[in-house]
Amino acid sequence: MKIATIVPAYNEEKAIANVVSDILLVAQSQNLAITVIVVNDCSKDSTSEIISKLNCVALDLPVNLGIGGAVQTGFKYAFENGFDYAIQIDGDGQHPASEIPKLINASKENNLDVVIGSRFMSKEGFQSSAVRRFGIKYFKWLNRFLVGIKINDSTSGLRLINKKTLEIVSEYYPDEYPEPEAIILYSLNKLKIGEVSVNMKERQGGVSSISSVSSIYYMFKVTLAIIYTFIRIKFKK
Amino acid sequence: MFRIQVIAIVTSILFLLYIVRLIIKGKLREEYSIVWIVCTVILILFSFWRDGLAVVSDLVGVYSPPNLVLIATIFAVFIYLLHLSVVVSKLHSQNKQMAQDIALLKEKMEKK
Repeated sequence: MKIATIVPAYNEEKAIANVVSDILLVAQSQNLAITVIVVNDCSKDSTSEIISKLNCVALDLPVNLGIGGAVQTGFKYAFENGFDYAIQIDGDGQHPASEIPKLINASKENNLDVVIGSRFMSKEGFQSSAVRRFGIKYFKWLNRFLVGIKINDSTSGLRLINKKTLEIVSEYYPDEYPEPEAIILYSLNKLKIGEVSVNMKERQGGVSSISSVSSIYYMFKVTLAIIYTFIRIKFKK
Repeated sequence: MFRIQVIAIVTSILFLLYIVRLIIKGKLREEYSIVWIVCTVILILFSFWRDGLAVVSDLVGVYSPPNLVLIATIFAVFIYLLHLSVVVSKLHSQNKQMAQDIALLKEKMEKK
């Protein structure tokens, strides 16, 4: 069983080395065949030099594509190289590597195609800001309304997908703010989605892809994208 | 022939020549030049045919001919802007595809 962990990194020179070594430590202690894939999204700092020295697959994008494009590069690599699972972990240290086995086990036990690490199923760990929590509630409602599934944390970037899902996302994955939209994409492709409760930490470095000023734009853009994806897939068939 | 007609015709023809020059020099692709050439031809046509504007306005039921000019121009500009947005979106997705392929190929080369 080959597992890829995909770490998108944009200006993460401070956190990235720790993130990679944490993942490798977990792999070693749990005896998992994990390959770390770091996708450097054309960082302006020394992220590129740092990751080239680490024990990982370093993918250097020549231009900045944004989180969606960066993660998709990792998905493409994982798909082309025949990985069974791909786990997305943010490069800023928010997602503890110790939660990786939880995601894998959930997928195996319940035969899930997609497993999302959610921080709201229990009230432990870092719970994020009020604005973000409101946004997440809104997306929860939108998801339930459109595709009838209940996802507690649709903005979570910590998620596992299997081979079947890899094939779909190598073909199409949203660019900007991809997380909520991807859930619609998965469920309309009839993939089984599950959630496990995880603890998250506050970011160790870098800035969120969602600043408070642009949160209204974020909600608007994601709502539009979700509705378009919904229409596109629903009426293609 | 009125003075304004001469000015309009000369300007339009100069504009047309400039477009042709851009195409010849390879700075403008033919498919994007079509709309400019068509617009210029319409301008030249109405410069010669002075009563034309009044006739067309009457035909579509617009009372004041200058209003027709405004509406038609704004509509044409909107359509063309939309077309440009489509072109930019296409370039965006091609650019993304290429960047990803470059990253994957670079990694493959370094492994050898």
